[in-house]
Amino acid sequence: MAHPILQAEEVTKTYDGFRAINKLNFYLFPGELRTVIGPNGAGKSTFFDLLTGRAKPDVGTIKYATSDAAPSLDLTALNEYEIQRLGIGRKFQTPSVFAEHTVFTNLVLSLKGPRGVFSSLFHRLDSEQRDRIDALLKLVRLDGKRASKAGLLSHGEKQWLEIAMLLASEPRVLLVDEPAAGMTDEETHRTGELLLSLRGKHSIVVVEHDMTFVKQISEGGQVTVLHQGSVLCEGKFDEVQSDPQVRAVYLGRGKH
Amino acid sequence: MSAPEKLSDVEPRFFSRAQWIAFLVPTLVLALLLPLLNAFLPAEHFLRPSDFTLNLYGKYATYAVLALGVDLLWGYLGILSLGQALFFALGGYAFGMHLLLMIGKDGQYKSDLPDYMVFLGYKELPAHWAPFHSFPFAAFAALWVPALLAFVFGWLAFRSRVKGVYLSILTQALTYAAALLFFRNDFGFGGNNGFTDFKRVLGAELSSPDTRRWLYFASIVLLALVFLLYRWLTRAKFGHLMQAIRDGENRVLFSGYATARYKLFVFVLVAAVTGIAGALYVPQVGIINPSEMTPEKSIEAVVWVAVGGRGTLIGPILGALFVNALKSWATRAAPELWLYILGGLFVGVVLLLPGGLVSIPGKIKALVARLRRPPASPASPEPAA
Repeated sequence: MAHPILQAEEVTKTYDGFRAINKLNFYLFPGELRTVIGPNGAGKSTFFDLLTGRAKPDVGTIKYATSDAAPSLDLTALNEYEIQRLGIGRKFQTPSVFAEHTVFTNLVLSLKGPRGVFSSLFHRLDSEQRDRIDALLKLVRLDGKRASKAGLLSHGEKQWLEIAMLLASEPRVLLVDEPAAGMTDEETHRTGELLLSLRGKHSIVVVEHDMTFVKQISEGGQVTVLHQGSVLCEGKFDEVQSDPQVRAVYLGRGKH
Repeated sequence: MSAPEKLSDVEPRFFSRAQWIAFLVPTLVLALLLPLLNAFLPAEHFLRPSDFTLNLYGKYATYAVLALGVDLLWGYLGILSLGQALFFALGGYAFGMHLLLMIGKDGQYKSDLPDYMVFLGYKELPAHWAPFHSFPFAAFAALWVPALLAFVFGWLAFRSRVKGVYLSILTQALTYAAALLFFRNDFGFGGNNGFTDFKRVLGAELSSPDTRRWLYFASIVLLALVFLLYRWLTRAKFGHLMQAIRDGENRVLFSGYATARYKLFVFVLVAAVTGIAGALYVPQVGIINPSEMTPEKSIEAVVWVAVGGRGTLIGPILGALFVNALKSWATRAAPELWLYILGGLFVGVVLLLPGGLVSIPGKIKALVARLRRPPASPASPEPAA
């Protein structure tokens, strides 16, 4: 069996005595699209914070595989930009784009490439990079808005722009926090198709609340249910949905 | 909506033709025409700028460089530094040390030592003063002393992710602490009197109109060069990243950029440039003392930027010019009212004209357009120009 690309073992993170993450074990395999669900306060955002260097675990290990071998790189020793440069990109829950910049410039700043001060001073965009941006704009259907200020986009468009910005950096792992929030049903469905099309090329973790959307993107894939900072259960969507424990803590509370 | 293929989106031309003209004409008028008129027209000619005027403009030009630095940090990078005058003053002190040594034996006490050292009972020149006999050393020190302080402060602050109002307070505390230190006689920089009574620079008498013209010329050239440098910086991808850090530092950080290094780079660069402006300021006003480092001075520079229009490079220059011209007038006409005027100006701009002076033409245009647009089109047959 293949090695995981990302592996968290026995991770605990406490904030002021509250265990946001409690002995969490999580394995993400290359090319997989994993959906993570869980009620509010289950620790989903904290989990992303731990994976991306924003927060450090109190105990436990988080390891990343830079090759096909078993994960060996300790992510807890790295900060946000170092982890990003290793190929782990994150989309935030509230879309965070550069509001005063055009859609095009947002992507220029996100393109894979050197990140140093001096390379930014003397940066020149080449035609290959332009083509790459054009392709990304088409992919997220923003090619008509390339010259618009990102701050003027609709909520759903901002979500897409941020996904495109993530893809521009050519990450190996995508961490996507509530991509469908604030979208119409049709936009949500298209977002789901987009994420499904990225399977295989990227390893993806999607945190989501919307069950219709979860059902769509978890076709054939694994769903992880977080509860009180630990994994409550893992499996196919149908298995998870019919799990009595899950129904008790989450699905049973009205949301279906 | 049509979306033009904007090749210029990220790497626009440095200046359009019109912008080159808008840059070169005032620069040439200020740098060449005014000093030439001053030098060659008879004293009574109505077109001749007086020595006083030239000197005043030279001083304003160094202030404008200070203001540009405040704006680069505040308007572009989102760091409101309330201590930029410290770097200006440090550059002034570094160069002032040289000017003080160049007085030679012409001081009050006819000693090799600067007057205040004689007064305080120094027997010989402190060792760290010796290299300041050299003009290049002092000029270079005016650049690296502020830069070094900015590096140490910035490295600690940005690495620890101090931001927002906390950073502003720290910068203010820094300049205040420095002022207190320089006010002390035993710190060794002339206490509250600072340095004054300068006689010459590079062998030329500071009192001669010729020398003063050259100092004025150098100030205008410095301002023009700094404008071009900052323009280049803000047009590059680097400049877009500065603004991105201002609008959403998290996203920049999670896009793989070490934002602390970007901030540190700008902070140090601005400190160095501001220090050079301070070095040019001192021989023109003839004095440098710790009052130049008090927090009020830095806050005044922030007001210049707010009044002129932050986030633009022309705004700080206009603001520095306008507010200081107003100050020159007000401190003569109604000195006791000046601080009220300054405060009122700041409040007024923030409330009524958040874009500053540079936003006025746009506002007028918008107003005219609104007035021109008639309620119904048949009523006005003449075409809009």
